[in-house]
Amino acid sequence: MSKLKVAVYWAASCGGCDVAILDIHEKVLAVNEACEFFLWPIAMDFKYADVEALPDKHIDLTLFNGAIRNSENKHIAELLRRKSKVLVAFGSCAHTGGIPALANLYSKDQIFHRAYVESPSTVNPQGTLPQTATPVTEGELTIPTMFDHVYSLDQVVDVEYYVPGCPPNPERIWEVLFAVVSGATLPPPGSVIGAGERALCDSCGRKRTEDKRITGFNRVATTPLDPDICFLDQGLICLGPVTRDGCGQQCVKASNMPCRGCYGLPPGITDQGAKMIAAVASVIDAREPEDIRKIVATLPDQAGYYYRFSMSQSMLGRKKA
Amino acid sequence: MSHEPRIGVYVCHCGVNIAGVVDVKRVAAEMASEAGVVLSREYKFMCSTPGQEMIIDDIQSHGLNRVVVAACSPRMHEGTFQGACRKAGVNAYFFQMANIREHDSWVTLDKEEATRKAIALTRAAVRRVRNHEPLETRQVEVRKEVLVIGGGIAGIEAALTVAESGNHVYLVEREPTIGGHMARFDKTFPTLDCSACILTPKMNAVGSHPNITLMTSCEVEEVKGFVGNFDVKVKRKARYVDHDKCTGCGACVEKCPVKVPSEFDEGLSKRKAIYTPFPQAVPNKPVIDRAACTYFRTGKCRLCERFCEPKAIAFEQQESTQEIQVGAIIVATGFEFYRGEALSWYGHGRYPNVITALEFERLNNASGPTEGVLRMADGRVPQSVAILHCIGSRDKNYQEYCSRVCCMYSLKFAHLVKEKTGAEVFEFYIDMRSPGKGYEEFHDRIREEGAHLIRGKVGEVTDLAVNPEEQGRLIVVAEDTLAGSRLRVPVDMVVLSPGLSAHRDSKVAQLLKCAVDKNGFFIEKHPKLAPVDTATDGVFLAGCCQGPKDIPDTVAQSQAAAAKALALATRGVVEAEGRTACIDPEVCAGCKLCVSLCPYKAISFDTAKEISVVNEVLCKGCGTCAAACPSGAAQARHFKDVHIFNEIEGVLAL
Repeated sequence: MSKLKVAVYWAASCGGCDVAILDIHEKVLAVNEACEFFLWPIAMDFKYADVEALPDKHIDLTLFNGAIRNSENKHIAELLRRKSKVLVAFGSCAHTGGIPALANLYSKDQIFHRAYVESPSTVNPQGTLPQTATPVTEGELTIPTMFDHVYSLDQVVDVEYYVPGCPPNPERIWEVLFAVVSGATLPPPGSVIGAGERALCDSCGRKRTEDKRITGFNRVATTPLDPDICFLDQGLICLGPVTRDGCGQQCVKASNMPCRGCYGLPPGITDQGAKMIAAVASVIDAREPEDIRKIVATLPDQAGYYYRFSMSQSMLGRKKA
Repeated sequence: MSHEPRIGVYVCHCGVNIAGVVDVKRVAAEMASEAGVVLSREYKFMCSTPGQEMIIDDIQSHGLNRVVVAACSPRMHEGTFQGACRKAGVNAYFFQMANIREHDSWVTLDKEEATRKAIALTRAAVRRVRNHEPLETRQVEVRKEVLVIGGGIAGIEAALTVAESGNHVYLVEREPTIGGHMARFDKTFPTLDCSACILTPKMNAVGSHPNITLMTSCEVEEVKGFVGNFDVKVKRKARYVDHDKCTGCGACVEKCPVKVPSEFDEGLSKRKAIYTPFPQAVPNKPVIDRAACTYFRTGKCRLCERFCEPKAIAFEQQESTQEIQVGAIIVATGFEFYRGEALSWYGHGRYPNVITALEFERLNNASGPTEGVLRMADGRVPQSVAILHCIGSRDKNYQEYCSRVCCMYSLKFAHLVKEKTGAEVFEFYIDMRSPGKGYEEFHDRIREEGAHLIRGKVGEVTDLAVNPEEQGRLIVVAEDTLAGSRLRVPVDMVVLSPGLSAHRDSKVAQLLKCAVDKNGFFIEKHPKLAPVDTATDGVFLAGCCQGPKDIPDTVAQSQAAAAKALALATRGVVEAEGRTACIDPEVCAGCKLCVSLCPYKAISFDTAKEISVVNEVLCKGCGTCAAACPSGAAQARHFKDVHIFNEIEGVLAL
């Protein structure tokens, strides 16, 4: 049997997803046994030209992590789409925008100004900002264009499957790879694989009350955290109710930390952050607008909390330029 | 019947109500190209019998399985068209209405804009109806008991009417006695009946009626449930007197050494710290004013206790809560007189002989502070009195509206002044408003009695005399708009006739989820055709809480509200909403967020399956759980995300 032809790529990402693949430990040897790699920038040295030279649909499986932030990300996404039979949005950023997509709460101008003018470590008296093309004596230097908006992978190209997580749980990665390698029947295209079908609360063992009331928000840095009680009952924002199960509860169980929502929205809901906002709003323990405002003000950066990983797919859209 | 949507769209002209502004032909034509639409028509009056029959015929001959009517508010005719669908064998919930009258033609001037809006609203209805499901309604029993909130003449009349029918009434009044404003008036216009003489028999009837539970010193604290099945919590304030033991002998009141201004007499007389507000109070048993009582303030005294033979004084009494179950609620919370700054503008609080209408009523009352003799602050009887209409009324700075009763009660004052003192009376009015049985005749009578009726709003009341005649008197400065002259009228006494205001401190509207208008008065369901109903089914309005009105109108409305409550009780069942919530057991992750949020206690937690479950008998389909449910398991039928997004996309033509 010929080896499975595989590519792994990182677009706007931190590299954590690549590392997560290596986190399957010795099983990586089995993967190597079964797979032939055509692109994996973090681990192997291939050139884009090598991929461009491949016939279309030559690669069996591409695990694409990272969001689409600039013209290079988009170019490679389109390239890998052409060359791959199965394209997987791998990890939160490719799935729903992830951390990079929080930039959609700011305009490109604001971001440039902050990064290249305002930030305390910057000395830039002329206020020079990145240029996509710069004439030099040798000719013209070009760099990719940063987009106004951060996109999830499926907003740029068609995607067969989604493997959520920041990063995806190594056990789930192994299950997915094993399924593909072993030739098991794959779910219908468009499915989220390597994750559960309900919200995280379903498998969470913490005790919950039936009378949740939020009188003010607590924060993990300043609150003693009870390991056995629902975080929402402790006044902490936990995105468990709006987040797909399957992560293995590395936060809520192993680390006693509230869920941050990286496994994305469970089936049947449209907007992870909006759902959480509606849920939290409904248990705020006040009637008068002024009292409600005071309670809400105890949690800075509401949008960041509720859309930490899903801003690309938020109904909020983006900050107008 | 095929599951593929086969939609019929009907755009109503509503005569010229809609068609005069909206291009109905264009709306119908636009809808014809929407997916699933089999036919799209417009017609003069969809609600007429031919209109309904058109729907029925089309369902039968074209195999329609969905119907959209773009017409008036669903409050008006949803039932009509649902009935037509049902008749033709289509589930009533496959019908959707687009409101292009109240929401569009009546409020949009530009024809092009109105037409575009009608298209958007109708398209939204068409898009959402595609995903409708057939739903069933259920019947729920109605409790026979009725709650009446407020014990003025409105509440008294409503309570008696219901009680006389044999049904039980809970009458809740926050003051220690029933009677309300009417108990404080001297005479009533235009018949000049003694107010107390006609009211107290009714008060006594309430106090002794076997079908009335009278709850004075009580306030409604919480209302849950829905039409036919309200659960109400009533807070009983501590009275510090055990009314079961008290015989009402009055020894305690006599012995009490504390005197404070009487609220009942507008502070013109004193009452004790243990008191009954007035001699004919019902219940005629005293309460202790904790803030005034020496024992509560210093820990010493207890004189009342010493002289109470039946040992009814109960200093240890605590506030308590009682829960009652009723099928209908009648709101009769009344009004308060306008007390704003327009009063001080005319010298009230600054000149002792400038008094308000209510002070005048008490001064004239035989059981009032002066035993019915109209006296000035120094005890003299006035030789001339000015009565100023519209204090705070018909004025954009204060209350824009006319309070309807002030002209008439001011004319009554003129009569009483003439009758009792023979003094000269000057009435200053903006317009004389005397519509009502015998009212215009009363107006003529007062004129004939010699009162000077001057058309003109008073500019100011001052004591700055400019000639010897004005010295030591109040000068009313006004314009006589009929004679076109400026007037300075020196008088001994000025009576201010303020308008009626809504209760500013009342939480009743909020508790009942009833809307109030910009002036704070309850909004009736329809200003003409449903004047005692509210938008909350099973809650009815009586008296001035709905808007200023006189006693005859109040009594008529109270009887109407009672009749509405009784109609509900007699029918015995209500049709319960088919658009309830449901929780998908395959999706629910058991976060428990929804359980306590349900206002109808319809959600419970199944500990075996670890999921939330909706009891559909209790569910009213309010959608609170669906909004709160983070995982999308709880959904309100027909308000699922798919319907809402369909509707939004329809409006935006996406």
